[in-house]
Amino acid sequence: MENLEPLADKARAAIAAAADGAALEKLRVDYLGKKGLVTNLLKNLASLSAEDRPGAGALINAVKQELQDLIGARKLALDASAVEARLAQETIDVTLPGRGQSAGSVHPVTRTIERIEDFFSAIGFDVVEGPEIEDDYYNFEALNIPAHHPARAMHDTFYVDEHTVLRTHTSPVQVRVMESQQPPLRIICPGRVYRCDSDLTHSPMFHQVEGLLIDEHSSFADLKGLIQDFLRAFFERELSVRFRPSYFPFTEPSAEVDMQCVNCGGQGCRVCSQTGWIEIIGCGMVHPRVFGFSGIDTEKYAGFAFGMGVERLAMLRYGVNDLRLFFDNDLRFLEQF
Amino acid sequence: MKISEQWLREWVSPAMDTEALAHQITMAGLEVDAIETVAEAFSGVVVAEIISVEPHPDADKLRVCQVNTGEGTVQVVCGASNARVGLRTALAQVGAELPGELRIKRAKLRGVESQGMLCAEQELGLAKASDGLLELAFDAPVGSDLRSYLNLDDQVIDISITPNRADCLSISGIAREVGLLNDLVVNVPEYAAASESTTDVIPVAVQASEHCPRYVGRVIKNVDMSRPSPTWLQEKLRRCGIRTIDAVVDVTNYVLLELGQPMHAFDLGKLQGGLEVRLARSGESVELLDGQTITLRPDTLVIADSGGPLAIAGIMGGRASAVSSATRDLFLESAFFAPSLLAGKARSYSLHTDSSHRFERGVDFRMQVAAMERATRLLLDIVGGEVGPLVEVVATKNLPARSNVLLRAARIEKVLGFGLPVPEVERILRGLGLGVTATADGWDCSVPSWRFDIAIEADLLEELARVYGYNRLPVSHIHADLELKSRPEARLPLRDLRRHLCARGYREAITYSFVDPELQRVFDPEVTPVALTNPISAEMAVMRTSLLPGLLGAVLHNMNRQQPRVRLFETGLRFLPGDAGLRQVPTLAMVCTGQRFPESWATPGDATDFYDLKGDLESLIALTRNPGQYQFAPASRPALHPGQSAAITRTGQVAGYLGALHPAVAARLGISAPLYLCEIELDGLQEGEMTVFRDLSKFPEIRRDLAVIVDKSTPAARLMADVRAVAGTYLTDLRLFDVYTGKGIDPKRKSLALGLTFRDQSRTLGDEDVSLAMGQVIDLLEKNYNAELRN
Repeated sequence: MENLEPLADKARAAIAAAADGAALEKLRVDYLGKKGLVTNLLKNLASLSAEDRPGAGALINAVKQELQDLIGARKLALDASAVEARLAQETIDVTLPGRGQSAGSVHPVTRTIERIEDFFSAIGFDVVEGPEIEDDYYNFEALNIPAHHPARAMHDTFYVDEHTVLRTHTSPVQVRVMESQQPPLRIICPGRVYRCDSDLTHSPMFHQVEGLLIDEHSSFADLKGLIQDFLRAFFERELSVRFRPSYFPFTEPSAEVDMQCVNCGGQGCRVCSQTGWIEIIGCGMVHPRVFGFSGIDTEKYAGFAFGMGVERLAMLRYGVNDLRLFFDNDLRFLEQF
Repeated sequence: MKISEQWLREWVSPAMDTEALAHQITMAGLEVDAIETVAEAFSGVVVAEIISVEPHPDADKLRVCQVNTGEGTVQVVCGASNARVGLRTALAQVGAELPGELRIKRAKLRGVESQGMLCAEQELGLAKASDGLLELAFDAPVGSDLRSYLNLDDQVIDISITPNRADCLSISGIAREVGLLNDLVVNVPEYAAASESTTDVIPVAVQASEHCPRYVGRVIKNVDMSRPSPTWLQEKLRRCGIRTIDAVVDVTNYVLLELGQPMHAFDLGKLQGGLEVRLARSGESVELLDGQTITLRPDTLVIADSGGPLAIAGIMGGRASAVSSATRDLFLESAFFAPSLLAGKARSYSLHTDSSHRFERGVDFRMQVAAMERATRLLLDIVGGEVGPLVEVVATKNLPARSNVLLRAARIEKVLGFGLPVPEVERILRGLGLGVTATADGWDCSVPSWRFDIAIEADLLEELARVYGYNRLPVSHIHADLELKSRPEARLPLRDLRRHLCARGYREAITYSFVDPELQRVFDPEVTPVALTNPISAEMAVMRTSLLPGLLGAVLHNMNRQQPRVRLFETGLRFLPGDAGLRQVPTLAMVCTGQRFPESWATPGDATDFYDLKGDLESLIALTRNPGQYQFAPASRPALHPGQSAAITRTGQVAGYLGALHPAVAARLGISAPLYLCEIELDGLQEGEMTVFRDLSKFPEIRRDLAVIVDKSTPAARLMADVRAVAGTYLTDLRLFDVYTGKGIDPKRKSLALGLTFRDQSRTLGDEDVSLAMGQVIDLLEKNYNAELRN
């Protein structure tokens, strides 16, 4: 019994010094195992007198319990540091860029058309498309632009043959819809259009969105409200809008819409040619003769149409300063959208 | 159309400045494009007369002039070649300030004193360029201030007149508008008939009266062509953009500008016999004033004499009968040619004149006599002469019909969205020159002879809105019955396809629909594309039958700008001519080249290959929820690598192609890196299928792998399809997880490793189930593919 305390001290030191789980396990076996040193002491209790035995037993069991606890604690400590070591070893640079494809982008013209579609679909307009090589009838005649009409000179038409053109606007889609569907009608027609003109500010191909609304009670006042709302929604700001009489053979009354220059806020700048205004949309009440071509009752129905150039809207929205960029497809341009 | 503000103000002069006036007419539909001052600011410049010209003692090109300033004589050194005795010109006196902050001081030029500067138009800011000193009229008042003499405190207002408003292609027409907008009376000059001083007439036979419903002519004899038109007249023409020619031409141009009536003057001495207004006979030709000789078509109206055509009616006069300095006697023409029959004629001869511009759009058909009298008066004042009787040939039945137009008050409210007060309606209509009679529900309006754009009620509504002011009209929101419409869920919106490709690293391009025929031929040699009759250039002459030439152009653009890695797609129409007519086919095209991944520490720098593009395409096809409907088969295709191209079929029909750019084509275009392209019809891709739910099995799956060696040329897709067919109904998945050629394999053979997954809905499969299926698969491979198992 007199060697209990030195044995315990030695064991305590050994446990504290154990470097890993295996060393600790060996200590557990050496001291607390079936043939361990502490176990042996307990076995030797029988040799003590009956009165010494309970006291000695209690002391030995206390040491046994203590050593067990120490081993347990040491094991937890060793496990924790092993995990930590592993984690440290597995640490990476989380600031390195990620792997895989970079994202692409839709063309700004598409993006602009989609935004326009969204505004108008939200109030019940359907999106309709049509052919780009178009009959003279749909592109001109049915829109009240007969052959030799001076307005044809405004269009700089590409011809395929005498009766076939590259559509100069998306208005022929409206004619096709009016022919095949009954009012009320609410449609917008986005798409490519073609004019035989090419310089800094004209592209032989560009995009338009045309809108048409026909019902029993639409008026010029509605047209004004719709255009005004659209421009404010599109540019996400309050801006002045003015309507100016103009001429399109397929509308009467016809109007050009000018909006306050979004570049200078109406002060006058290069973008608006110092006028403070930007011509942005052509519109008007559908001409009764156009209704006549499609057999729509002009007494019962009234309607209005409007058309806008997509590239122009996109240029103003994003500050693009050169029309030709839209068709160069330079990645440095495309990746900005 | 350019007009002088001063000239306009002679007719009507509202109390507002130029800017306000321009804004007002713009908002009434006469869009002002520009306002320019007639002359830049200058002061101290007077009319002066050169009284002597001596050579400069020390300079060959300079001369010493004595100049009468009205208050005395000063000496001025001058370099202009037109400095001559008697010339009245502009003198900037000592102390004058000229444009460009030039201040005139007493100076010595090569030792000779000069007290001022004789000026050219350019130096006064009257013209962008000039040649020699400003030449003033012989009677210009010496000593008077040049600005007030030439009335230079004036603006040129450039107005863009829409094709419907021919009535505003004149000072008088614009004055009418301005009068109405400001509720002012317009000073319309009265042109009394000239008294006849000769009885000479030229007989005029109008044979095509439907083309020429009214023809007015007059002889004026013994004119003095040496007299130029006066400065005020020349100045008005100049400000309206018309060059001075001679007094007679100037007067006809003046009347054109003032009244909108084109006129023509013939040299009477050059005419043979009477005049005919008739259609050209085939084979006839005429040499025009501009020197070109035109062969006439029989649909063209001419003014002819017994010798043949003298002029193309309403478009341009001929050289042979033109007025010249030698002319003594004139025949003046003032006609009305029918717009509908003249329309397009000038353009068909590649001509466009002030006259044709007006006649095509419509000239006031009651203006001809007044214009003739106006021109006669001006000519008498300038070149003198004896006036002959006015000859008028009119076919009343062919004059434009002017039906009355009914306007209903209720319609104003319906279309414009509010009820315009009755007095305002009547004021506007009368102000436009309409005859207005009230009816039970509105007005019955007669249309004046100068308006060619008022035929129906809508035209009157536009006039009311326009004059009242678009911006004063109310604003409202649309009302509609809200009907919820169905949308086919299975159909894939194009924007979903686009977004999918963007997520896989593609950028959307938009290329021209017209392409270079040569490049097109490389891709589609067998199709004759739709050609434009008037292309913008030879490289944009035909409509694309494939999106690929355009996309390749975009790739090249980027490669030439140090961008070797390009992934682009485009959607749009292809234009395919065919026996059944032209098809305009919505199509998607993709192209990729350069490294597979953007350059990165994390990915190897491998070049992209066929299977990258195919994978991207397959992922798109997977969106349809029915990928099995598309098949890929080896195919040869122009411009594509014969060993790396596939036809894409959908339910048996060719839907597109996929492949590597042929190395020869690549070399020709200067592309050295491998480049992969595909093109596929959009209709099929957008036609998705609806999901039909399949119950999830509760039982485990069993996977078996199998490696076989087969001939290298065996198409994997066919082998897999056959395996799928014999592997039984428990097969839920079949994957090709390895393809190996090389060491240990016959060079003509390849090893394919297949992973087969089996599962049943109702029970756990046993070994025997799977072994049976595997046995059938192995059997098939050995028999049909000469396969060896590799284990």
